[in-house]
Amino acid sequence: MPTKNYADAMLDVLGNFMESDPNFVVMGNEVLGIGPEGMQFEPFQKKYGDRILFPPCSEAAYTAMAAGAAMVGHRMFAHLGLASFTYPAISSIANEISTARTSSGGTISCPVTLHISHGLLHGGGAQHSESPFGMYWNLPGIEIAAPSGAKEVKGLLTTAIKSDNPTIVLTHAFGYGAEDDVPDGDFEIPFGQANVAREGSDVTIVACSMMTSIALGAAEELAGEGINAEVVDLRTLVPLDEKTILDSVAKTGRLIVADEGRMHCGVASEIAAMVSEKGLDSLKASVARVARTDAPVAANQVQEEFISPTAEKIVSAARQVVGEVPAAAA
Amino acid sequence: MTETWDAERRRGALQRMLTIRHFEEAVDKLFHEDHAFMTHYHLYIGQESTGVGLMEALGPDDKLATHHRNHGHILARGSDPKKALAEILGRQDGLNKGAGGTLHMSDPELGFISTSSIVGGSISLANGAGFALKQEGGDAIAVGLFGDGALEEGIAYEALNLAALYELPVLFVCENNSPGALGSAGGGFPTSVSAVKDLTTIPLTFGIPVETVDGRDLEGVNEVAAKAVDYCRGRKGPFFLHAVTDRWAGSQGLWPEVVTGELDISMAWDESNIKGEHEDWYRNHDPVLIYARKLLGSDEVSQDELTEMNEAQKTRIAEARDFALESPRPNPESALEHVFA
Repeated sequence: MPTKNYADAMLDVLGNFMESDPNFVVMGNEVLGIGPEGMQFEPFQKKYGDRILFPPCSEAAYTAMAAGAAMVGHRMFAHLGLASFTYPAISSIANEISTARTSSGGTISCPVTLHISHGLLHGGGAQHSESPFGMYWNLPGIEIAAPSGAKEVKGLLTTAIKSDNPTIVLTHAFGYGAEDDVPDGDFEIPFGQANVAREGSDVTIVACSMMTSIALGAAEELAGEGINAEVVDLRTLVPLDEKTILDSVAKTGRLIVADEGRMHCGVASEIAAMVSEKGLDSLKASVARVARTDAPVAANQVQEEFISPTAEKIVSAARQVVGEVPAAAA
Repeated sequence: MTETWDAERRRGALQRMLTIRHFEEAVDKLFHEDHAFMTHYHLYIGQESTGVGLMEALGPDDKLATHHRNHGHILARGSDPKKALAEILGRQDGLNKGAGGTLHMSDPELGFISTSSIVGGSISLANGAGFALKQEGGDAIAVGLFGDGALEEGIAYEALNLAALYELPVLFVCENNSPGALGSAGGGFPTSVSAVKDLTTIPLTFGIPVETVDGRDLEGVNEVAAKAVDYCRGRKGPFFLHAVTDRWAGSQGLWPEVVTGELDISMAWDESNIKGEHEDWYRNHDPVLIYARKLLGSDEVSQDELTEMNEAQKTRIAEARDFALESPRPNPESALEHVFA
């Protein structure tokens, strides 16, 4: 399999749809981020320029425009930029995209794909560092994918664009250059199928997007201490693969959820709640959440790190939950 | 009303432009050479004349809302370059204790409210400051600084409508640096994309008076700004100042870079170095050189004095750089200190 970065993987997918669907449109500025990978857009732009829109800073209006076109039946891909830039578009997303299918009694679909760059930029400060998984998960009717690597970018983005539902795909703003083996051609990863990225027996670490690779790093370190961690990459939040999570917890008895979104009302809280409802009998220790503290992100790396989930914090949480094993169960 | 500028005031204005220019050159080096910070940044090179000309028209009680391209505004208003540079590096001695960085730098002691990096954020926040100042009954005004791109956001139109409806004492300052910009379609940094060819028709639709000035002309900006400030102080409602500059070549690409080189003040009198790719910039667009030539031409300053003034500001910024690099990083725990009042 060829090695490609996120940016290549995205262009693979967008190019496939450009070829197969004459109505497919890509809209957005800096679709591949503002790093060096942005240059990879040039040949794509040359080839499909007439179906690429560089809209003004009018996130609310162009999100709604993409949604409206999708309601007419066109597949639309809108890159909204960094997560904070989607907040001006929240009315379009929460009031229109999220509700159209239900409000129309199932007669109107909105197959729009909204692509968002999320996460720490290392110094980006309060308005360039957000990971609003929880905020968007709170909206019904929208499928949410958070690919962990270039292969997942390709497979999940393809599924997202093909989906008859509105989809939000959050890729990490710092990840466009990260490489992986990516299959050629048409490659889909079905939604709602989490991936056991590393098998283990002592503790389950659930993560999505770039937290998956951070969790894998933590697992390596834990292995050196004799703690065998299993890492579950969620791949999609909506639909959520509860079974893979519960099966893993049944095996390990311990759960850590690592998430770049905020601690409260986020991925970590939701997974913790689900496991406590449906898998309490499996748990040998309380669930640990390693997520961003509820504070705006300061524009310096010291404070950024203090409030953010890191491999070190996952390792420390793992030591804690493994140490919490009741004597009888050990 | 038009004030006369004596030599001392002119020198002060030039000095402030030099401070901004060398500050921005230092920011660029701290990023590209020293890797002292990592995030995207926006330089004010080419717009110094607008910032300084505008701030010269304001009073100490006026409030301001700036945006992602704030360095020049904050320095033109008189902030300490040491604290400003420390802020950009995310250090403890920064204006905002390193929590704001380049994108959210603010100086409340000089009247700045929160600095938004969301396009259109400043234009809408300025309305709030204007509303409060009007309520207080004095004659202070609010200034909303923004780029032409802010007029792409829906909130800009809502804000202009509110300002007109409530006759808010807000001076909207649109720094239009789109002329000559590449934009996303040209592979450069995104720039204003509008169906409105003449942006001044936008405020006029709301009945807000507007005036366009050449942003490179410091005293021209000041003259119009002073008139606009009077209008707002007189509680006649909002005013819209449209200052136009060409896009500086260093801000064309996705990452700023001082492609025009460190300011060579001798270009104000010596033709021999004015050449190459950026000849037109040195000759016709660099507001610092334009103003230096003006002062030379009216014999208000000599070549030697210009050299001396330039060196003094270079030294000042070199000291600011040392200060910023030596300033400690903030305590990690203080990340949680200011979430609530």
